[in-house]
Order: sequence, then C-alpha cells, then structure tokens
Amino acid sequence: MRNIADDRVHLTREHAFELLRQMTRIRRFEEKCAELYTQEKIRGFLHLYIGEEANAVGVISTLSEDEAIVATYREHGHALVRGLPMNEVMAEMFGKAAGSSRGRGGSMHIFSARHRFFGGNAIVAGGLPLAVGLALADKMVGIERATCCFFGEGAAAEGEFHESLNLAALWHLPVLFVCENNLYAMGTALARSQSNPSISERAAVYGIESEAVDGMNVVDVEAAARRAVHAVRRGEGPRFIEAMTYRFRAHSMFDPDLYREKAEIEEWKKRDPIMLFADWALSAGILHQDDRQEIEAGVAQEIDAAVAFAEAADWEPVEDLVKDVISPPETVP
Amino acid sequence: MTTRRMTYREAVREALRESLTRDKRVFLMGEDVNRYGGAYACSLGLPAEFGDERIRDAPLSESAFVGAGIGAALGGMRPIVEIMTINFSLLALDQIVNSAATLRHMSGGQFSVPIVIRMATGAGRQLAAQHSHSLEGWYGHIPGIRVLAPATVADARGMLWPALMNPDPVVIMEHATLYNEEDELPTEGDMSVDIGKAAKRREGADATVIAHSACVKKALDAADMLASEGINCEVIDLRILRPLDDETIIASVRKTHRAIIVDEAWRSGSLAAEISSRITEQAFYDLDAPVARVCGAEVPIPYPRHLELAALPQPQSIAAAVRKAMRR
Repeated sequence: MRNIADDRVHLTREHAFELLRQMTRIRRFEEKCAELYTQEKIRGFLHLYIGEEANAVGVISTLSEDEAIVATYREHGHALVRGLPMNEVMAEMFGKAAGSSRGRGGSMHIFSARHRFFGGNAIVAGGLPLAVGLALADKMVGIERATCCFFGEGAAAEGEFHESLNLAALWHLPVLFVCENNLYAMGTALARSQSNPSISERAAVYGIESEAVDGMNVVDVEAAARRAVHAVRRGEGPRFIEAMTYRFRAHSMFDPDLYREKAEIEEWKKRDPIMLFADWALSAGILHQDDRQEIEAGVAQEIDAAVAFAEAADWEPVEDLVKDVISPPETVP
Repeated sequence: MTTRRMTYREAVREALRESLTRDKRVFLMGEDVNRYGGAYACSLGLPAEFGDERIRDAPLSESAFVGAGIGAALGGMRPIVEIMTINFSLLALDQIVNSAATLRHMSGGQFSVPIVIRMATGAGRQLAAQHSHSLEGWYGHIPGIRVLAPATVADARGMLWPALMNPDPVVIMEHATLYNEEDELPTEGDMSVDIGKAAKRREGADATVIAHSACVKKALDAADMLASEGINCEVIDLRILRPLDDETIIASVRKTHRAIIVDEAWRSGSLAAEISSRITEQAFYDLDAPVARVCGAEVPIPYPRHLELAALPQPQSIAAAVRKAMRR
C-alpha cells in the first residue's frame, strides 16, 4: 500500500542502499555498453545516461509498479530501475530475440508490457501525448494512479510539448511530467534553442504546478517526485518537475562532443550524483564502506551475467521478419 | 426485410452510437465533435446521450489528441479520434506513423494500439487546396495500420464496429462529398461488414474498373454510360486500401482482361500506381490492353468549380479510358 499522506523521503539504511545500488547499476551497465559498442556487439545509436542517474532513480522509486512510464531514447536507466531484468535489456542492446522488445527496437526502443514501460521513444516529445492518453484512460475508468513521462529539455521546443501540457492541464489529468534538463539538445545548448531557458516556468504557464530541482541530488529529486506524484494521485491534476542535470558523455556514440568546453564537463563531474550521494551517506553514517563494495560486487556480477546471457541468446529467425506488424488473426475477436 | 432510408452522415452517426452503446471503453475525441456537433455533423446529438467525457472536444492540437488517443488505447480504452480533414492529419502524422503503426512491431508484439482514426477526405466542394486533398495513398503505404474507405452508406454504417474490434490502428477515410448520399439499409440485424475484402459493385465481362471512395459512384456512372454502347464493365470498390485485396482485383482482371484504375489522388506515387504494379506482376499475361489510370490532375486542387471538376476523375474521363482499352 502507498502511504498517500507521507511526502517525505525516509532515508533508512535500506532505502539509501537501494538508491545507491540502482544508480550504480545504471552507471556500470552503461559503461559496459560503451565498451561493447566499441567491440561492435552493440550497434546503432547508443545514448548514454551517465551523469543523470539520480533522476530515474529518484523519480521511479516513488512510483508504484502499476504506474505507467513513458521514456525517451536515453532510457536504459529508466528501464533498469523500473525492474526490467538486466538480461533482457542487455539482450535488446545486442538485438537478440530474448531482448525486452525481441531485439526489434535496440537501445532506443526498450518496452515491457508487464512492467507498464511504454518506451523507449526516439521521437523527441513523441512520448508526451502518449502519457497524456494513458492518464486519460486511467481518469476515464477511475483508477487513481500517476503516469510518469520523462523527456529532455529539447522537447520543450516541439509543438507536442505545448499541445500535451495544454491537454493535461485542461483535462486535469494524472500525469507527472519529468523534464531531464541536461542543457544540450544533441549539440545545441539551451540558450541557443529556447527563448525562455526555464522549462518549468513554461510549464507553469499552462497552470501546471512545476518545480525545478537539483537533478544531481537523488534525495532532492525523490523529495520533489514524492510531493508531485502524491498530488497527481490525489487528483490534483498534472505536475511538472524540471531536473537540472548533465550528461558526462556525448549525446551518442557518434557525437565528437565539439560543442561544449571540457572544463564545463569537468565542473559538472565534481557533482557526480553517485559520488555525492555515496560520500554523504558514508559521512552521515547511513551507509558503510562495506556497503559500497557489496553494491559494486553485486552489480558487476549482474552485468557479467547479462552480457553472457545476451551473447548466448539467439537471433530472431529471419522467417519472423514481418511478424507483429499487425496482430495475428487469431487475436482478432 | 424492412428497410429505411438514411444518409451516409446518419450512417456514421448511427455507427458511432452503436459503438458507444456496445462498449463502454469507446469514446469519441476530436475538434468540434461535442458542442458543434462535428465538422460534418456526424456526432450531432450524441453528447446528450453519452456526455462530455465520451464525446470529447479536443483543442486544435492534432498531434496531441491523436497521440493521446494512442496512449488511451494502450491504457485499455477504445478511442475513436476524429480529424476534421485528412489535410490536418499531416499534423498528427508523426503519432500515426511513428507511434501507432510502429509500437506493435518495435515492442516485439507486446503492445496493440486499438485506435480508430476517422477523417474526412477528398475534393468536390470548392474548398480549395488545403481542404481538398486525397492522401489515402500515403496511409496505404504504411505497414502496421489498416486503412478503410467506405464508399457506400452501408459501409459507413458497418465498418466502424469491426474497426474498433480490430486490435490494430485503423484509419477510416470518409469522403466529404458522400455525407449527403442516401441509401436503403435494413432496419435491424448486424450491420457489420467484412473489413478485409473488396466489393464487386457491378458485374461485367469486358473491363474491370477499380475505384474507391467517391470515385466508385463515378465508375458506376461511367459503366452505365458504357452499357448503352455495349461495353460491360465490372466495378470493384477497393473498400480496404491497406491491406489491398489482391485476390478480388486479380480474379476480376483475369476474367475481363482489362483494368482501369480510378483514383482521385495525384497519379505520381499513387495507390493507383501500386495497384497497376500488382496487376502487372500478377496478371500480365491475362491482359488484352495496358493497365490504364484515371487520376487527379497533378495540381493543388483549385477553387473555381470548372477547374476543380477538371482536376478530378469524372464519369466521362473514366468512360474514355475504358473505350481506349477496348480500342473503341
């Protein structure tokens, strides 16, 4: 059962351990993916989330299992925290049939119906209307739960951002919008692409209560998400969080990263969300140095197993090429 | 069996009413569908019966409300989304092509998107270029969706429910000039029609005329003209633009040995081009004449009546194409 009344974050040892473990899983998983990419085991576009882990972990830890998530092409972290098995996510990166989308989607299109994880969407802002619709469905049948939609700050320049916020506010829908503002839409800096660089201010114009939060601080993110998601569940309409964050890596593996200063990256790395949280938890005596080692060892094991699983998995047979373009006739009532 | 007379518009409205009544997951969403009654008056009166939640006025945001329809379908609803005209559907094309049509395949078969998207299409009402185009062929190009084009009152009445029960996205094109057409329909019984098969609207032995939507009536008018000259045309109404019913088309061409395709859309890259190719691929040796096409002129549809008429296939131009195929 959800504790509806409680908006506060309770940093028990168990909770802190889990926050750190989840952030570490994302970080190490993606570092491994970058390595596998250079070995050409993973192909296509690969957008790494390294530096932004606090957002997926902070937000998703406030959601219940039946609350839908809509994410973008930088969604490995969201998928992993959501509970998709790392084996399936890794197999998807390889394009294997055991992948979460049978290998048909790859890095940018991770889906899981049983986790109510609706992508994995490589169209900027394309997921916002979908989240609005999922929330509309819940509202129409009277289910009290939030739908959570992640997107980058680049999406705020798209018409769909504005159309979707208008709809969500107009219809008072239970959507939590989470803008992961990493300051660059591919290679274009916020100030070069947005007339008003405060995305949360723009959301507020639609009458949506919105909040900017330090996206490098997992506790801050969780606290904001907790307040927002509870309000959404209580039927108070949509909420908007702008998480100020940064990606330490380039936009994708093809990106030579020529558009920003190395010094800027180094400055942000001093605020590494994993390091910050771990240091704080250790100094506060919530976690112990042994906990960190235990987490790292557990994650390393999980990743090794996932890589072995993906390596050993089968390719989808070519005979299945056009399978699932439309539903098989037997499912038609 | 007793029958009653109704218009195409009334048939659409009755189909909407039936669907809303039969399944509480069904709702209608679109611009002006509630207070205004629908741009083509298809939903007039329905809000009083079903309320504002289920007959839902949407803002002028095609991409968002079509996308929201897709999301609602993913969330377990059975939305019918109305787009005022196919011309405006271009603003929602991203959601239709990149989300609705791809989600099933891209997710490895995990998600179905049971949405129905209705839109008015076609020229003939002097609305000029931005309200008159026929882009059915573009939709027919996309795997992952089913595209229906009801040409008759019975199809307008009978296609919606099976479309809603189809687990995949279905796009229904309603030609704007058909809404006032009238026909006799049975008073009772299941009105549903097969949304997989083309229909033979007229039997004939000399030439096959293949058309859809508003062009079916023009093809039938042409066939009447030709009958008095001793030429008997078979008229095939495609009804389903994707997937195309090759079987019916090819069987007819094998019988008549001549094919004339009528398509209001521009000839270049049209659905007519696709059908012509299929006939050539599958029935080339059965042909006694080259496959002929009667298409819209390659021009944005003009406003003045005489130019608009000249831009569109007409019974006379269809008849001329048939005569040419007959070497008459």
